[in-house]
Amino acid sequence: MANFSTNEFKAGLKIMLDGEPCNILENEYVKPGKGQAFNRVKIRKLISGKVLEKTFRSGDSVEGADVMDTELAYLYTDGEFYHFMNNETFEQIAADEKAVGESIKWLAENDVCTLTLWNGSPIVVTPPNFVELEITETDPGLKGDTAGTGGKPATLSTGAVVRVPLFVQTGEVIKVDTRSGEYASRAQK
Amino acid sequence: MIHVAANTRHVHKNNWRPSASIEQLKKRAQLLSQLRRFFESRDVLEISAPVLASAGVTDPFIDNFSTQFSFSAQSSEQTLYLQSSPEYAMKRLLAAGCEHIYSIGPAFRHEGAGSNHNPEFTMLEWYRSGFDMQMLIDEVSDLLKTTLNIENISQYSYQDVFLKHMNIDPLTATTDELIEAVKLKGIDLYNGFETLDNDDLLQMLFSHCIEPSFANHCPVIVTHFPASQASLARINSLDNRVANRFEVYFKGIELANGFHELSDANEQAARFESDNKKRSALNFPTKPIDQYLLTALDAGLPDCSGVALGVDRLLMLIVGASHIRDVLTFDIARA
Repeated sequence: MANFSTNEFKAGLKIMLDGEPCNILENEYVKPGKGQAFNRVKIRKLISGKVLEKTFRSGDSVEGADVMDTELAYLYTDGEFYHFMNNETFEQIAADEKAVGESIKWLAENDVCTLTLWNGSPIVVTPPNFVELEITETDPGLKGDTAGTGGKPATLSTGAVVRVPLFVQTGEVIKVDTRSGEYASRAQK
Repeated sequence: MIHVAANTRHVHKNNWRPSASIEQLKKRAQLLSQLRRFFESRDVLEISAPVLASAGVTDPFIDNFSTQFSFSAQSSEQTLYLQSSPEYAMKRLLAAGCEHIYSIGPAFRHEGAGSNHNPEFTMLEWYRSGFDMQMLIDEVSDLLKTTLNIENISQYSYQDVFLKHMNIDPLTATTDELIEAVKLKGIDLYNGFETLDNDDLLQMLFSHCIEPSFANHCPVIVTHFPASQASLARINSLDNRVANRFEVYFKGIELANGFHELSDANEQAARFESDNKKRSALNFPTKPIDQYLLTALDAGLPDCSGVALGVDRLLMLIVGASHIRDVLTFDIARA
């Protein structure tokens, strides 16, 4: 993988730091009229998710990280690995539990997820922003309630628990925002 | 269809347009005429300095653009440097008999572009014979009050700002104490501290911790930089640990840098050579030393103070722009 000099730094560039692929979130160039220039860089470590600030001397060079995002459909889990498929090439990739992480509670069959690959192996699985899942269990609510006040917990087919309005019932399919984990609406039939 | 030659650079289809709004261009024109009136009323002569010269600067952290020129068909090519400031030409004019001069013109630095940086920019530089550092600071303050429409300007010494914000004396602290201070501030340096000297560490603390803590309601002038960061300023006659150099900061922008000018040709030559030593130590190419400047100093530079001020940055502050491209007709991305 190519090396990148600080003057090539920009948001979105993937570099290696402490043996871990990282994404540059912000890059600020600090150059006094007299004296050493620095790049103050905000970085997200892609495996641990940690965000940190690092100072580079301008002119430093850093190894690039072979990281790419790819869109793959979720197929199934064999208990150990989560299998995804490229809908165009039918190529399959398996991600481990660590890569799937919190996304596990939103994975529904055939949903197209973003897999971040490092040297060809998945390190992060990001579900679609919105997923549609069936409610497997929720208390019967009071009739006439409209969305808003309080709501009630509902367990979904994937095991995730979200708060839903009182009028939504077991067996219905709802749309959930995976970024906030909040109920969005009833699914369009 | 215009055929465009292959170019690795991505050309955005809307980048033929200026980066500044027409409104900002009018503000720029107003500022330029305001600056010229300011100097005209004080009997300071406008001069135009050449951009090309046979030497650039030795400062290890300023990189000149350069180009090749053949003085005749027979002669070999000679390197000419695009000037990073009109300083050397202006000092030659002072040595030749000019007393009070200013220049508003392009300056070039081969360095990264950023919100406050464009590799080509407009610099205002002026020199006053018979002025000491404080007299020039007072004139800079007048100019800032006029152009920025402000009333107050704070002034501190370099030592005071370090004592106040970091509880460190920059003139006596050891390298280990400075490294400790940098770490304490949570500055996580990518390549370790080994090759950094005291000035590098002080500059890091200054740009990372001290400058951001300056109040935003008025410009701050910092005076008496350490002698090791004197650049072209003379050493203070009462305290040889500091130089008669000042800088102006406002709202996170470094606006101006001024000196009570060094006039001793031998000391100037020694500083250029020490710059080149530091360049070698850092594996940077050494630079030719401007012999015209040294000869001019030898012929006699009047006792004078001079200051350089970034006009684009001043305009950013006047119009409230957050990026330098907003006040340039065409920034480097549109060059």
